[in-house]
Amino acid sequence: MASLKELRARIGSIKSTRKITSAMKMVAAAKLRRAQASAEAARPYAAAMRRMLGELAAATKGEEGAPRLLAGTGQDKVHLLIPITSDRGLCGGFNSNVHRLTLQTINKLQAEGKTVKLLPVGRRALNFFNREHADLIIDKVIGFSGKDVPFSVASGLGDKVNALLEAGEIDVCTLVFNKFQNAMTQTPACLQLVPMVMDDAAAKADAASTTADDAAQYEFEPDEATLLAMLLPRNLQVQIYASLLETAAGENGARMTAMDNATRNAGRTIDSLSKVYNRTRQTNITNELIEIISGAQAV
Amino acid sequence: MPIQIEIISPEKVLVSREVDMVVMPGAEGDIAAMPDRAPMMLLLRGGVVSLYENDAVTDRFFVGGGFADMTATRCTILADKAEPVSEISIDNATATLEALTEAWDKADKTDISRLDVLQDKILSVRAEIEAGSSAS
Repeated sequence: MASLKELRARIGSIKSTRKITSAMKMVAAAKLRRAQASAEAARPYAAAMRRMLGELAAATKGEEGAPRLLAGTGQDKVHLLIPITSDRGLCGGFNSNVHRLTLQTINKLQAEGKTVKLLPVGRRALNFFNREHADLIIDKVIGFSGKDVPFSVASGLGDKVNALLEAGEIDVCTLVFNKFQNAMTQTPACLQLVPMVMDDAAAKADAASTTADDAAQYEFEPDEATLLAMLLPRNLQVQIYASLLETAAGENGARMTAMDNATRNAGRTIDSLSKVYNRTRQTNITNELIEIISGAQAV
Repeated sequence: MPIQIEIISPEKVLVSREVDMVVMPGAEGDIAAMPDRAPMMLLLRGGVVSLYENDAVTDRFFVGGGFADMTATRCTILADKAEPVSEISIDNATATLEALTEAWDKADKTDISRLDVLQDKILSVRAEIEAGSSAS
């Protein structure tokens, strides 16, 4: 049985761990609120972007030479996967969920004979894939999570994807990230960026809102093709930005939950250790008494 | 009859209210959005968006390029970057301009598309500095 001194030291150390985890939980909760607010603030832009894009795509439908961002390269050989994780751990299964889904996707694509390239976002993803698939990594983006996500990160990433696509180095581009559902739940999901998948529900809603607004034909200045060529890279950036914001919110949500669990576990361990400590103390006292009494009787 | 104006940057919604007229910097010239206008989509260059109420400018915003979507009743401006003219930091803008000018000097003069992008950015920052200095 552990000595009293050892037990005291263990209880002390778990108490300070609990202090840290509960402080981290508070910090994550505060950051979560901010991250959620900024994710919500970014939504109108994405919505308006979708509406304009739907309008433009309809106007340019059937024309030759659709931009690659919309139609892809017409091939399906080289896939670029962008796993998005946080820079720091201590947030439960948040990052490993993304890693697992990415690995599954890589295996599936490679089994189909496709070439896979990786562009990890976030330090956790970079470290993980450096171990697993270092040869596939073509680029990386790290060192922004935990703060407010600046739009420039998303726009830089979007430009990179666009450049790769224009150079013909990739055919399909997919994001793997945690969709933020609420503070407790984040589900890892794949989102195909290129070629663009027009969400049916969104497209219908767009169509409905336009007919309600006015049935008249849109004028475009400059012409449709130029506008579309300008709008598509923007849309790419906005989609990436949205997923970065969701990751930021999800990271804090996951950390809050994980730290809440850790705090509770620490409390439980302290309880059971204190019980052992008290029992041991009592046993020691009883033993001493027995020794004294039996000594006195012997005399 | 007023028109609903919305200026949205990727980070947030800057304005959403009703005004009489909005003048914005189109890529091919300034354009005013007024009620009952034919629907139109417009590419914006960097410049100042002015909101008019009762024939007077009530608010001015700087946008660093973007898109506008106008219909008979509303006008949505999707700005790459937007801020009220009064909050423009001329020092920041000047620094950006210097960096861009340097990039321009170093840029490969045969790469037309890169030069185009740089030129648009430089023009946008110049417009920002101009707007900022006219406000202060």
